[in-house]
Amino acid sequence: MYTRILGFAAVAACLAMPVSAAVALGDAAGSYSISPASSSIRFSIDKVGGGGLNGAFARFKGSIRIDNSDVGRSQVNFTIFPESVGTGQGRIDAFLRSDAVFDAAKNPEIQFRSTSVTRTSDTTALVSGRLTARGKTFPEKFTAELGGLKAGTIKFHVTGKVLRSRYGMDVGTPIYSNIVDFDMTLTGKRG
Amino acid sequence: MQTSITNSTTSYGWGAIILHWLIALIFIGQFGLGFVMVRLTSQRTAFELIQLHKSFGFLLLGLIVLRIAWRLGNVWPPLPRSVGTLERRAAPLAHFALYAFQLALPLSGWALVSVSMLEIPSLPFNLFIMPNLPLAESDGAESFWAAAHWYLGYAGMALVALHVAAALRHHFQLRDGVLTRMITPSSDPE
Repeated sequence: MYTRILGFAAVAACLAMPVSAAVALGDAAGSYSISPASSSIRFSIDKVGGGGLNGAFARFKGSIRIDNSDVGRSQVNFTIFPESVGTGQGRIDAFLRSDAVFDAAKNPEIQFRSTSVTRTSDTTALVSGRLTARGKTFPEKFTAELGGLKAGTIKFHVTGKVLRSRYGMDVGTPIYSNIVDFDMTLTGKRG
Repeated sequence: MQTSITNSTTSYGWGAIILHWLIALIFIGQFGLGFVMVRLTSQRTAFELIQLHKSFGFLLLGLIVLRIAWRLGNVWPPLPRSVGTLERRAAPLAHFALYAFQLALPLSGWALVSVSMLEIPSLPFNLFIMPNLPLAESDGAESFWAAAHWYLGYAGMALVALHVAAALRHHFQLRDGVLTRMITPSSDPE
């Protein structure tokens, strides 16, 4: 009896969630600025033999604009300051900031400008855009999943893979993978 | 002309000669590489040279193990009768020390890599993953092994200089066949 009730509740929850999210996305139309305090941009790079290098950028800024009539015309832009990279190991941070990787002194910003947003489900979208790092620009894709919306705050979980070799950051391959896995939580505040 | 791979009671075979010069080249080259790689301003080049230094270090370790086995499994041509008592006693000690350094240098480097908090895997010549030694990582252990590797490197080079000086003395001052027999397998018996 209990299991039947629980089962029914679970099915109902699954059915209800996308619907509410879909409604929510409609309500979400507007412009948001990314709040660094409640957002994070993390990355990881696999190593041979298991494990990986994990890090995060402490400083970044950006905006999210959700188009009311056409989600495809929505826009996501963000700028990362690579000087703020942190891995928990100071020597690795210094290496990443140096001209071996980010060359942060000469290239203080990594920029992403979306070119199109394609809705892939009620709560997910594929964000295509142009990523610029170390003076090189390439098209990249990120998957964004709506994580929540309330009182003028919108939250997305954004993931994507970027090949670092394209941006002149291939140092350490093949010991360290060429693929950088991004895992971001972007919280936008309306206005 | 004797071209045996193994040693005889009067001369070195190709096996010993090739191992000697190959290891000599890598051993001295590793010192040069180590010296340069920690003084570079380009972190990228430094990283790549450090990985190359690790690759040659593991190669050296393999070669020296083979060389010690080769030495134990072969007869060894004695020093010429003209060599004095003091040198006759000193030479085996110096040679033993050279072998010890050839083992200790790559092993201390391997220990350094293993305890480093940077946790950079070893992928010799990008061919295979060399596991770390079972040692605990810490900044303290890393400093210790870095210092050990550094002192061993300089002491090893001092020993190599002594070895080279002795070989040159044999060739130019004593005019015996001690240096030439390590260059070409001799065919004429003493």
